[in-house]
Parts: sequence; C-alpha cells; structure tokens
Amino acid sequence: MNRTYELMFIVRPDMTEEDQDKLVSTLETAVTSSGGQVKTFEKMGKRRLAYTVRKFHDGLYMLLTFEGSGGLVRELERRLRVNEPVIKFLSVRIDEEQKRLDKIKAIRDAKRKAVPAPATPEPAGEAPAVTA
Amino acid sequence: MADENRPTSSGGDGPSSGGGGERRPQRSGPGGGRESGPGGRKYFRRKKVCKFCTEKIEAINYKDVRLLAQFVAESGKIVPRRLTGVCTPHQRRLSLAIKQARNIALLPFAGRAA
Repeated sequence: MNRTYELMFIVRPDMTEEDQDKLVSTLETAVTSSGGQVKTFEKMGKRRLAYTVRKFHDGLYMLLTFEGSGGLVRELERRLRVNEPVIKFLSVRIDEEQKRLDKIKAIRDAKRKAVPAPATPEPAGEAPAVTA
Repeated sequence: MADENRPTSSGGDGPSSGGGGERRPQRSGPGGGRESGPGGRKYFRRKKVCKFCTEKIEAINYKDVRLLAQFVAESGKIVPRRLTGVCTPHQRRLSLAIKQARNIALLPFAGRAA
C-alpha cells in the first residue's frame, strides 16, 4: 500500500555540499530500493530556527516528497536519526489532504462552469451530478 | 476595554494578529455589534468571520509560516477561536498545522522566534 509522504528535515548549517548530496542520494536509493518512488526533492535553503536545536540557531531545510509504505517512512526516519548532521526531521502523510484539496477544487471548477455567480461552496451535494 | 484584563488577549492583539487587521478581538461575546447600556462602549464590534472561509483558503499547511503566524500570539500560543473568529473545522486544521510547524522549528513553542 503506497502512500504519499513528505519528509522535511533540517541539517546543520555547516554541512558541506558533498555531504548533503551524499545524504540525499542515500535517502533516495532507500526509497527506490523498497519499491517507493521519489517525487520531488527541494533544498529550501538556510533558515533561522524558531528555537535552538542542538545549540544551532540556523539550519538548512530540505524537503523530500515520495511515495512508499509506512515501513519505508520508519526506515528513512531511522537513517536520519543515526545521521549526525541531521538535527531535526518531520514526516507528514499528504495524500489524503491532497485528495481533499483536489475534490474541493473540482467542486469549485464545476460550480464556476455551471453557475457564473457561485455562492459559498457547499459540500458535495450536487457537484458529482455536475461533473458526471 | 478597561474591564478586559486578560493578558493573553491583550498580547495577542499586538503585531502577531496585525495581519488580520479587520477584526478587533476585544471581547469574547457573540459579537452583536450593539452598544450595551447607557454610556456604553463607543466602538462597534463587528461580527468576526473566518478568514479561511471568506478568502477560500483551503490548504492550511505547516510550511506556510506567514499564514500561521497570524494565529499565534506573541507568547507563542495559538490564539483561540473566540478571538480570531476562525470556524471550528478550520481552527482544527490550523492548530494541527501550527503544532507541526513548531515541531520542525518553523514556529516557536514559547516566546518570539529568535
């Protein structure tokens, strides 16, 4: 059962470029080797932390979006935990939320096409009939 | 205004909720917008409306710090619904997103972001 997850992690600001790339490539191979799929990877750059983490005030934020199973998430989190330069991470499941957003968007689009002056969007009452 | 001595509400009215400046969360009442009694208050209390419903913001994401920061008081606390006017479903998502953002050091647990 593959689901979409988003893994945000912070590495220490003095980590070298090669080390970052090495870390990212190990994570990506871990994803692909367990039957998952990397969707996007993004370096969000250096940011000021809202509070001190391991005596750091800044951190390099990274964002990895992937598809995979729950076991894969556990594996990735284990890797991040043992990786010393990683100071914080957070994994969030995003497919349900994305589904919900897509549904709302579809309803809104249908409304816009059907009625030129849409009022407040009401939940799922007539919209399936419009789209069908 | 003088009878309202909640420290969090006065703190939350400051720069943190300055983004949603159309609301004045002075009292916790239902927001009738009526003057009460002789010599009562001189300002109108506008009915507070949910920012997410009116602006049709559906995605409340923990990465959107600028949005979330409007609903976090100076102290770092989540501002309650009765002060911001956010509806219950949106407040639920909002508080979840704020807690996630705190976890990844995008928002502080307490106090200003350093």
